[in-house]
Amino acid sequence: MVGIPSRHKSLVLLAGVMVLQVLMLAVQIKRDSEGRLIRVWTVGAVSPFERAGSNGFGWIRDTWRHYFALQNTTRENEQIRRENDALKLQISQLQGKAAEADRLAALLNFRQSHAEVPMIAARVIGVGTASLTIQLDRGEHEGIRKDMGVITPDGVVGKVVEVYPNAAQVLLLTDKESGVGAMLADSRIQSPVGGQGEPLLVMKYVPNDDEVNLGERVITSGMDRIFPRDLPVGTVAEIKPGNPFKQIRIKPAANLERLEEVLVLLSLRSLEPKNEENPAAAKPSAPGATTPPPAARR
Amino acid sequence: MNEAFDIHSESHIEVHKFRTGAIIISTLLALVIQASFPIHFAKAALLDLPLLVTIYFGLSRRNPSTGLLLGMLIGLLQDSLSGPTVPLGLYGIAKTIIGYLASSIGARLDTEHPAARFALTFAFFITHQGLIVITRRILLAQPEPWFNMHLIVAALVNALVAVFAFLLLDRLRKR
Repeated sequence: MVGIPSRHKSLVLLAGVMVLQVLMLAVQIKRDSEGRLIRVWTVGAVSPFERAGSNGFGWIRDTWRHYFALQNTTRENEQIRRENDALKLQISQLQGKAAEADRLAALLNFRQSHAEVPMIAARVIGVGTASLTIQLDRGEHEGIRKDMGVITPDGVVGKVVEVYPNAAQVLLLTDKESGVGAMLADSRIQSPVGGQGEPLLVMKYVPNDDEVNLGERVITSGMDRIFPRDLPVGTVAEIKPGNPFKQIRIKPAANLERLEEVLVLLSLRSLEPKNEENPAAAKPSAPGATTPPPAARR
Repeated sequence: MNEAFDIHSESHIEVHKFRTGAIIISTLLALVIQASFPIHFAKAALLDLPLLVTIYFGLSRRNPSTGLLLGMLIGLLQDSLSGPTVPLGLYGIAKTIIGYLASSIGARLDTEHPAARFALTFAFFITHQGLIVITRRILLAQPEPWFNMHLIVAALVNALVAVFAFLLLDRLRKR
């Protein structure tokens, strides 16, 4: 062992004695909130190393997790992304189904509240490209005939213009060729309402002397013998004096631009006068025309 | 006495021997007086007789190891007698360092002259108090002023007393 030079022995002794006395101080002193000073000092001396160790291990762990274990993370992310996409699609489908259920519930309620009118629900499967028409997924087999009225719970939609075995084409009320017998709900003034190829309808033949108010409801009059009375057609959106009749524009009650399900009125009351003479010919050939078969109803 | 006064050659400086029991008796006497005298004379609290003993024997023995051990012993005894408010080691640490410094300086300088004794005692007293303050503030986290006029007065009084006390203690040396 290398001996300590004599001139340094006293220094070593001094250091040893000092350390001993400092430790003795530490053992004696007890701080009010921190316990004995030796504990405070020990913790203070050791904690930097503990902190450094903790930080070091934390760094290693984070490095491992953030860099070397990224392969698993990427795989998990992809799986979560796929699940997320699937869930979004599922939510979208469920929302669509919920909306559809609401619409069908409204159709059902409307049908139940008009039990005396035979009708059948149909789904819109297409729209016309050249004219304001829609295509339905129900046709002749379900008892649908030409000139039958088509409605939604909100209001009149139009009438059937073409019928195929399993489909039907409906001319919307906004088409120039379309029309419906209507009347003002408050003043009971009757006048046909037709389309102009625009979103708004036109009420014809209302004299300038008659009072018409903006926002007044327009309902079916039943005079066209296609639609029963009191079905909503629309509301008065614009009134201008004309010659010899007022120019009244009607906002359709049914949202004709977003039709998904409709009700087809399975009655041809326009033919009823003829049917009185030949009841067998007046009745639609399909039994569902007056009372649709259960399979044909929705 | 056969003391040397060559400040450049410590080999010529004489190491003094004391009569048997002189150090122990002197130490105990200083401690007793220090403990009892201020009871009757409040101003006597300015004195630090154990410190003066430490300085004297450190300067005279001129052995750092002996000096620091004597300082530690005196300091610890003073701590023990100072009541529960003074932890063991407070004066011990300070007097250990003073004993070491006194012995180291005594081995290199002539410390027999009264003026030198006065100056050294003054410096050691200030250093001693500084060590006490450092220990209190840093190690014990106790508030303690670094400097005040009371310290200077106490240092001057102790240095003055040391000149005469050291003359008395010189009589305990072996001839």
